Amino acid sequence: TLVARSLLANDFQEELVIRPLHSGDIYASFQFRTLWETDFMRENKVSHYRLFPKSLGQVISKFSVRELHISFTQGYWRTMQWGQPFLPSPPGAELWVWFQDSVTDVDAAWKELTNVLSGIFCASLNFIDSTNTVQPSASFKPLGIVNETDHRFLRYATLPREIVCTENLTPWKKLLPCGSKAGLAVLLKSEKLFHSSFFSQTVHIRPVCQDRECKTTSWELRQTLNVVFDLHTSGQGKREWSLFKMFSRTLTEACPLASSSKIYIDVTDNPQEEYFELSPATPLLSQAVVLGDRRTFSVYDLTQQLFKSVSDLLPAGSMLRPLLHAERYVAGYGLQTGEIHTVMYNNHPFRSFPVLLLDSVPWYLRLYIHTLTVTSKGKDNTPSYIHYQPSKDRMRPHLLEMLVQLPPHSVTEVTVQFERALLKWTEYTPDPNHGFYVGSSVISALVPSSVAMDTNITQEQPLFSSFFPCKEESSYFVRVYTEPLLVNLPTPDFSMPYNVICLTCTVVAVGYGSLYNLLTRSFQIEEPNPRLAKKIANFIRRIRGVPLLS
Amino acid sequence: AFLLTFLSAIIMLIFICFCVHFQNTAGQFFSSGHTNNWAVLVCTSRFWFNYRHVANTLSVYRSVKRLGIPDSHIVLMLADDMACNHRNPKPATVFSHRNMELNVYGDDVEVDYRGYEVTVENFLRVLTGRLPPSTPRSKRLLSDDRSNILIYLTGHGGNGFLKFQDSEEISNVELADAFEQMWQKRRYNELLFIIDTCQGASMYERFYSPNIMALASSQVGEDSLSHQPDLAIGVHLMDRYTFYLLEFLEDIHPASKSNMNDLFKVCPKSQCVSTPGHRTDLFLRDPGSVLITDFFGSVRKVEITMEAIHLTDPILQLEDGPMSEEVQEKTYSYVDQLPVSEIIHQKPKQKDWHPPDGFILGLWTLILLVFFKTYGIKHLKHIF
Repeated sequence: TLVARSLLANDFQEELVIRPLHSGDIYASFQFRTLWETDFMRENKVSHYRLFPKSLGQVISKFSVRELHISFTQGYWRTMQWGQPFLPSPPGAELWVWFQDSVTDVDAAWKELTNVLSGIFCASLNFIDSTNTVQPSASFKPLGIVNETDHRFLRYATLPREIVCTENLTPWKKLLPCGSKAGLAVLLKSEKLFHSSFFSQTVHIRPVCQDRECKTTSWELRQTLNVVFDLHTSGQGKREWSLFKMFSRTLTEACPLASSSKIYIDVTDNPQEEYFELSPATPLLSQAVVLGDRRTFSVYDLTQQLFKSVSDLLPAGSMLRPLLHAERYVAGYGLQTGEIHTVMYNNHPFRSFPVLLLDSVPWYLRLYIHTLTVTSKGKDNTPSYIHYQPSKDRMRPHLLEMLVQLPPHSVTEVTVQFERALLKWTEYTPDPNHGFYVGSSVISALVPSSVAMDTNITQEQPLFSSFFPCKEESSYFVRVYTEPLLVNLPTPDFSMPYNVICLTCTVVAVGYGSLYNLLTRSFQIEEPNPRLAKKIANFIRRIRGVPLLS
Repeated sequence: AFLLTFLSAIIMLIFICFCVHFQNTAGQFFSSGHTNNWAVLVCTSRFWFNYRHVANTLSVYRSVKRLGIPDSHIVLMLADDMACNHRNPKPATVFSHRNMELNVYGDDVEVDYRGYEVTVENFLRVLTGRLPPSTPRSKRLLSDDRSNILIYLTGHGGNGFLKFQDSEEISNVELADAFEQMWQKRRYNELLFIIDTCQGASMYERFYSPNIMALASSQVGEDSLSHQPDLAIGVHLMDRYTFYLLEFLEDIHPASKSNMNDLFKVCPKSQCVSTPGHRTDLFLRDPGSVLITDFFGSVRKVEITMEAIHLTDPILQLEDGPMSEEVQEKTYSYVDQLPVSEIIHQKPKQKDWHPPDGFILGLWTLILLVFFKTYGIKHLKHIF
């Protein structure tokens, strides 16, 4: 029994969900989950790793991490056209970590952790320092098992400028037990993945309940990859897509280390197979409630049969309108002042719900908090909770957290004015005329759901519907990210020091040189050189001993 | 009988020749004196129109990986991202040949320093090893005194300097001093320095440490030119010197015997328009005896021993700790993601008490001083 238990304790599942979107794009979401019942925090270090990657296990034990969430995203998720994603992520890189209660110096552990992660993922995460790290006081509650939440152990940072490319995907793929050699990861080829409208790869580590009673916990590592392909621009004239057309690879076999390897195709809009048909067809259908909506999926189990293609896809029906979405933009003109507007839309016809808005603005945009206004439907809407931490120049960014109640079917606008600071000339990036990025706002909300959500924490649920823990049936938790902002700061002309030095030195040289010459130059009369004929004549005369010509 | 002895003598002679030949190759095998190879490949240019510099660096990276140096021994620094740049019509690719024949970016690339991290300071820190303690291993040059290091620089340069990211420069004096620091700290056995910039030969003029061989794509006063544009991508894809260098390296395989003299002949003036130069006066061995794979490849040396080695007892696999069989009474649970009432009634965070800073202290001292000056010190006992 001991052997059987240790086998159960280490488990790997992989899953791919394909959902055709109404705008004609295809949304593919890969989820790889490794469960391991072990204790990273005990004294004798864990040394035998099987499915769980060793590099992450060592990071967890060395820095006493309780939860780690890191995401790398290229592109912006268009909520109005594509609906809600299974796992949201902001453009660029985002890292938030809950440390264990035993950590004494959280800031030092955070700095070292970001450096180590920058080496693991080949990203410039070492640029995360105190100027872009915040400590949210109410957002980003732990997604895993926890005794109590003390927000002193939470750190959150984003790098909106971070580029995602093959060098980030390569180490991410190497963390999977089968690598990119078997199973669903075979489809992950960078030339197709980065030629897409949206790409996001994430790693989530947290302790979870093992079963319904929740007497024991195990560590869960989830690696997810979300990609939205735009089949129109990638040259697909016919509305026919297959795994080969999307990923330029076909599936060969399931990962032998995986206990389950499944593909889910969202067929909710195609109940009678009138719009598209799947090949090979499968009678296996399953229903799942995800994001407040009951969807039907065709299930393919890779251990039994392989999936190939879908033909004749037509967008049909009406998409469930996302109940919450947000926008953000900078208003104003000139390089001195401006205004940040965050607009939140509540599209529910009769229910209102609270949202928690988290804004982290870099120090070089000096916010005037006395100009903060929150208006809904033209009237003032006072937030029931505001937490503001002012910035410190070159040390800390602004942190603004507000709990706002959004009235039904309304638009809420949060505005705050700011002033741009002048940086020291060494603080500018090599391309300062590109602009400076301000990270996305995070809006966390409990959105009322029309369909009863499943509050049971079971292992049989598909992975994509069981990420956010669900405490009540009538609402589901959602996190919406706005666009990052790009602001221009007043930029000096960097060639001016060189120009000034040249001009000053020239003026000094000409001025001082002339003065020096006037004071110290003396003129002497000099005999001109005699002409050649005179020289020869003088030479002959010298020989003769006769006096020379003058 | 005479014929037999003659025949046996001939066979003996051939056998002896063979032995000598084996000994010669064995001798050559161990003659170079290095045990590991490192490569530091730097592209210093930013912006899309400098695509060719990234392609240069990636083609050298590709050759070096192909010939055996692993990613853990390569420090790759790219100042800008061309593959996933939004201007790139074929994302996640960097091509070196027209008509997109060869994708040098590949599927298995690991860039150690990218974007804004490629600065003169970071480059010199990598070379000299003086990095902050939290730097991960993949970003360090962990060479020792038996390492052969290949250093490749490309970008825009001038007489005596190389431009980093359009905002700072490294001079040839700084570079020479960095190499001298490396020599003093015994961080290399032999160093091959290749530079592909305009007036590249000026960068190796000032070297003064031993065991350095340097190659440059152009002499002082000459410009290095780019090779060919690709009309679909819209920029020049490679520089001439590195293009012909890549062609030369494609013919090298891990067991090839080509030496440095062949490398000096790469890209003559007819192909390159500029005159490539090289410098070997600081190098102790004769360039003709130095193999290309001594720097570009990673030939593993094998030591044959006849002694018996005692192995330890077989390692027993540890169980994952004693599994407690009794049922835990404690039930865990997930936390509410948005506890509205809890948030509204949250007590404000206790701010840590800091001692008053200098300004407040100074202000109070001034007030007290003025007070006692005006009213005299005898009032002090009334205060305390």
